[in-house]
Amino acid sequence: MPQKISPKKVPMPKQPVEQRIKNFNEVALGYTEEQAIAEAQRCLQCKVPFCIRGCPVEINIPAFIKKIVERKFDEAIKIIKKTNSLPAICGRVCPQEQQCEAACVLGKRFEPVAIGRLERFVADWEAENLGIQVPEKQPPNGYKVAIVGSGPAGLTCAGELAKMGYDVTIYEALHKPGGVLVYGIPEFRLPKKIVEREVEYLKKLGVKIVCDFIIGKTATLDELFTEFGYDAVFIGTGAGLPKFLKLPGENLLGIYSANEFLTRINLMKAYKFPEYDTPIKVGDVVAVIGAGNTAMDAARSALRAGAKKVMIVYRRSRQEMPAREEEIENAEEEGIEFKLLTNPVKFIGDENGWVKEMECIKMKLGEPDESGRRRPIPIPGSEFRIKVDTVVIAIGQSPNPTVPKTTKGLETTKWGTIVVNEHTCATSKEGVFAGGDIIRGEATVILAMGDGRKAAYAIDYYVKNKNKPGIWEELRKATKSFVPKTYEFK
Amino acid sequence: MGFKILEKEVLGPNVKKIIVEAPHVTRKALPGQFVIIRVNETGERIPLTIAYADKEKGHLMIIFQEVGKTTKLLGTLEVGDEIADVVGPLGRPSEIEKFGTVACLGGGIGTAILMPLIRALKEKGNYVITILGFRTKDLIILEKELKEMSDEFYITTDDGSYGMKGFVTDKLKELLESGRKIDRVFSIGPVPMMKVTCDVTRPYGIKTIVSLNPIMVDGTGMCGACRVEVGGETKFVCVDGPDFDGHQVNFDLLMKRLKAYVDKEKISLELFEKERRK
Repeated sequence: MPQKISPKKVPMPKQPVEQRIKNFNEVALGYTEEQAIAEAQRCLQCKVPFCIRGCPVEINIPAFIKKIVERKFDEAIKIIKKTNSLPAICGRVCPQEQQCEAACVLGKRFEPVAIGRLERFVADWEAENLGIQVPEKQPPNGYKVAIVGSGPAGLTCAGELAKMGYDVTIYEALHKPGGVLVYGIPEFRLPKKIVEREVEYLKKLGVKIVCDFIIGKTATLDELFTEFGYDAVFIGTGAGLPKFLKLPGENLLGIYSANEFLTRINLMKAYKFPEYDTPIKVGDVVAVIGAGNTAMDAARSALRAGAKKVMIVYRRSRQEMPAREEEIENAEEEGIEFKLLTNPVKFIGDENGWVKEMECIKMKLGEPDESGRRRPIPIPGSEFRIKVDTVVIAIGQSPNPTVPKTTKGLETTKWGTIVVNEHTCATSKEGVFAGGDIIRGEATVILAMGDGRKAAYAIDYYVKNKNKPGIWEELRKATKSFVPKTYEFK
Repeated sequence: MGFKILEKEVLGPNVKKIIVEAPHVTRKALPGQFVIIRVNETGERIPLTIAYADKEKGHLMIIFQEVGKTTKLLGTLEVGDEIADVVGPLGRPSEIEKFGTVACLGGGIGTAILMPLIRALKEKGNYVITILGFRTKDLIILEKELKEMSDEFYITTDDGSYGMKGFVTDKLKELLESGRKIDRVFSIGPVPMMKVTCDVTRPYGIKTIVSLNPIMVDGTGMCGACRVEVGGETKFVCVDGPDFDGHQVNFDLLMKRLKAYVDKEKISLELFEKERRK
């Protein structure tokens, strides 16, 4: 270990701003081996590693970082993959600043260790040097599990179960697997070839993936048991229902939900029109309403799709913006304007029905609300208009209602999330488990993966103890998860 | 992986019928529902109504009109070729009960969508009056099939080259003015036709169901591309429709939203036709 610790993280090499706003290629280029080792050397190798507690899947962080220092990258990836099957994705999109890096002891005086960047480095190193590595799996156990939805929760659950010897099939409604990783998160933040690689890995593990198949439409959840003969089902259908503002003029042309805007660009590749057939209309001036990660993704996509001016319009101040700091900084660097303490009140269209102006009102912050953030209050008489050609509404998504609406006996909250036991992901319906945004509303990739993993171990316990009286009660009332500990806190 | 075309038939100028092997769709398909298809890897996702679903064989019938690039491209596929993606059944099935006397109006390609509907209405014991409308005689499709299924049958052409000269709504108006009691109307076709149908039936207070066909992307309620205003509220056609009470629908908004990409659609089509001529 070096005597003097650098107070700052080794900077992440990035595409220069003027270049990257003209393409959809990944912005962050990843560490070189030397950069990774230099960053890994900043780790204090704490005896009590708080960082692990900050990680929803409890990766043994100091251990894998130590292997990087020793240049044993192949061993580093093995440590990560013990508990995280999608490190190339997590290294890129996890909010490390709220999780592992927030708990890093170094962070008390300096910048914390760049754990996320190191995770990404190791995962990319593996892909480049070893190809897709398939871990040892248990022999087939004869049990069948269906996974509904191929987002991070479903992919993780499928991978864990396949390793245990289950016959696993994922049902995906869209034509490509990956869920939000494919339709939502843009190429410049998460290249689609990385998602494809993870999907390939699952296929090599023996997981079957059926696209164009909507549970709740093509077949019901109950039929998965009665007609298809599955022993258990995991629901990971995410938060795909777009929220609208319910303001006058919201259905004018040129106003998109963030889901539609991003789906056209990411899944349908509208930015490559006319090579790809799906069109998108991005005018000169684009306003994105909202300030979460999705809003940043939409704003930065709009810029790359040719907009001359892109604004984030948000009713609170910069401090309350829910997006990751890194994404806000990227957006600022790229010249996205932030119209803060501003809320739209109506949209005004031209004679052909296209949006041309947005009327907004200025806001001020009052007392904190239930979310702990200061409540925005409109300032009377402060209305003003902004000229816009395109508007993207990125104020959040609700849980996908398709499965709950078509399934009897599946308890949901008033927000539409499925009610589960937090340790086992067991729902109110026997044999049915759920995880990810469908139980959380809008959360993160890593929390969804954590759920997928917890559910996999609970499914394993359930399927093998199906005949035990009161088994479902036990899973419903469980006070701890079935996931084996790979690291014991002393 | 793809969905194989088993049969193909040209029904009229630019109107084609295909039978696709899609047992996962047919097992649950009901009248009024649709599928989303994507012809190939670079293709867009478009909704097409299910004309008939043979549950036993797993055969899905789709009748489509070639208007833009995607439908023209679909029209170039032959028996044995595969469509990259077919997903469904989507949307809510039509509400079908014994209403009494039902008038079913079909305009152009909307005629195809009437097929499963009329069949289901007949099964419930309704008296079905079918009125089909086309621009001209050469464009008439499914005359024989629908005539056989209906209790009363009329055809109108805009230019009077076949049947009654005028629009389907003229015939409906004539029936209503002559005192015919009609309990329910279904109107499926171009937006102006559905709009006028609703204007005709409104004074008589006859509930009129229209089937809307806006631009869609995912077709499962995730994007909101297909939003329409019904009774002053925003609805998603893909999950709340495609059938709606026509007297509540904001047709002007629907018409505008259907034109959102006309310029891009033109570019796409021109490129496609240039490629084909090569």
